[in-house]
Amino acid sequence: MKPVRIIEGRAVPLSRSDVDTDQIIPSDWLKRVERTGFGRGLFSEWRDDRNFILNNPEYSGANILIAGPNFGTGSSREHAVWALTDYGFEAVISPKFGDIFKTNCTKVGLLPVELDLEVTNRFLEAVADNPSLHITIDVERGTVEAPDVELVGKFSLDQFTKYRLLEGLDDIGLTERFLDKIVSYEANRPSWLPSAP
Amino acid sequence: MPQTTPNSNNTNKAKTLAEKVWEAHVVSSSVDEPDLLFIDLHLVHEVTSPQAFDGLRMSGRKVHRPDLTFATADHNVPTQDIDKPVADPISAKQLDVLKTNCEEFGITLYPMGHADQGIVHVIGPELGLSQPGMTIVCGDSHTSTHGAFGALAFGIGTSEVEHVLATQCLPQSKPKTMAVNINGALPAGVSSKDIILAIIGKIGTGGGMGYVIEYRGSTIEALSMEARMTICNMSIEAGARAGMIAPDDITYAYLENKRFSPKAADWEQALDYWRSLPTDDGAQFAKQVELDASALSPYVSWGTNPSQVIPITQVIPDPDSFQDVAQREAAARALDYMGLSAGTAMKDISVDTVFIGSCTNSRIEDLRSAAHIVSGKHVKSGLRAMVVPGSRKVREAAEAEGLDKIFVQSGFEWREPGCSMCLAMNPDKLAPQERCASTSNRNFEGRQGRGGRTHLVSPEIAAATAIAGHFATPEDL
Ligand code: SF4
Repeated sequence: MKPVRIIEGRAVPLSRSDVDTDQIIPSDWLKRVERTGFGRGLFSEWRDDRNFILNNPEYSGANILIAGPNFGTGSSREHAVWALTDYGFEAVISPKFGDIFKTNCTKVGLLPVELDLEVTNRFLEAVADNPSLHITIDVERGTVEAPDVELVGKFSLDQFTKYRLLEGLDDIGLTERFLDKIVSYEANRPSWLPSAP
Repeated sequence: MPQTTPNSNNTNKAKTLAEKVWEAHVVSSSVDEPDLLFIDLHLVHEVTSPQAFDGLRMSGRKVHRPDLTFATADHNVPTQDIDKPVADPISAKQLDVLKTNCEEFGITLYPMGHADQGIVHVIGPELGLSQPGMTIVCGDSHTSTHGAFGALAFGIGTSEVEHVLATQCLPQSKPKTMAVNINGALPAGVSSKDIILAIIGKIGTGGGMGYVIEYRGSTIEALSMEARMTICNMSIEAGARAGMIAPDDITYAYLENKRFSPKAADWEQALDYWRSLPTDDGAQFAKQVELDASALSPYVSWGTNPSQVIPITQVIPDPDSFQDVAQREAAARALDYMGLSAGTAMKDISVDTVFIGSCTNSRIEDLRSAAHIVSGKHVKSGLRAMVVPGSRKVREAAEAEGLDKIFVQSGFEWREPGCSMCLAMNPDKLAPQERCASTSNRNFEGRQGRGGRTHLVSPEIAAATAIAGHFATPEDL
């Protein structure tokens, strides 16, 4: 994973709540065994509608997605995160994320930014008014800023996730530091627990 | 049994079921990192695993505990003509890749056609793999199902699948606990599906985010294991990653003599441990929700997220009746997508398809109650109705009882096991605008096929609706 420190750019306002992962990437796309190429499937059913916000050329090239509450609920499919990153998004802002989606984001390096509902709405409006609004997200400080409209939002990540993102650390490697402890835990597991013959 | 809880702290504080299971699985704990949890059982299926196995290969890692990893093919499999090659080449490839990966990494696989194959959340319990006090994960959000046994079971993404394959552990931040207390006798014709739909309607799709829910109370204690699984299954629809129910005699009776259940002296030892798991008196939950089961009636979803539900006797709500702006907008959009208007009586809405299946409601008890309702009657002409058993074992048990004949005589299609029309990755799909009464768990836009319109219901309502042609209860027939 690449380190994630500062994300700068423009945002797309997706003012909908309850955007589930089935909408982010429909199940047809889940048959693929690769990790890349999911960008084309991002919101594919909604993108058929010419008025869908992602089809508005004013927002093309935006790298931040702003959405309503309960973004990424539903299916655990990490393909949803792969679709967002493959399309070019580096951060998603929402007042509330589905738990599994949020975890998946931090494993891949897509930044989940949880802002207050009210602050999110102000960003949604600001970006709807001005598609070229410049936004800066600072992981270390936990801030989202749009100085042109004097908007600032605060978000938090747990300490460990923040450290992993800032350093771009491999999660599995971090767990492997504890191999000794894993082995001694295993030695004490009850023998009646199920295992394959 | 001290060796079962090597890392539990030794304070005498009253603890919840979730806290006990958590503490018994902490491999490493420190102030500035999430706990590292040991995973007792890792279930794998074809859709969320290929990229994880690829990751292992790329980093030169092995599967740390192939003996604690079990795989099956369920999401993609066709439910007809399974003796022929899978027609969709991309599905066929994914099923093939699962087989190759399991062979390469030494993992037990129950492929299509195998006697133990089925939906991953149906086969875990029926093989006795899912037991009280265990940690269970799967690259699938409905892993919460296994919580019905008093296990801490939750869905994970593909990066985490790779993590568990490589280390049999997962770093996890401790979730908060929520008690959902359900008391009272269930009225006739109301099932556990209605309980969970009512809960989601009450707390919303985000209501459980960040929590492990424990379902408690006299109503839950009276339910069978299969009914409990239906409730825990849909915890994720309320935003909770896990749902749990304390193990009791009903749990133990279900588990006794299952293939992977402990036997003889081990059984006694396990029982002793399991009996120590239920939440202690005086243990604190971060949040409490109450539900009076005696006031419930059968529920039907009307919108495109699972909190958009009403009792079957009511009318489609007016979006303007919602206080919250986001909910109001979501309701208006949902009605548009569903092709419904406010004020229409639910029972006046006719359907094109009825789907009985999915990890929520495809077990033998579900099929029995549906068969009982359709027996001697016939599906409304022009309506497509199908039953997809959750596993080969469920299918065989149903056939042994003659349920397949009842369904077929009533005009239902009797299919091979799999996820099928729950998510429409196989050929079983809704056409655009087709309306379906479905016993599955998600009414998201396009979930059962692009443009398809899904209404979530219990098996009883699905069965009655298939006969009536519109939403109906068995009494309406
Ligand atoms: S039946 Fe549906 S919800 Fe259950 S595992 Fe399969 S696709 Fe997921």
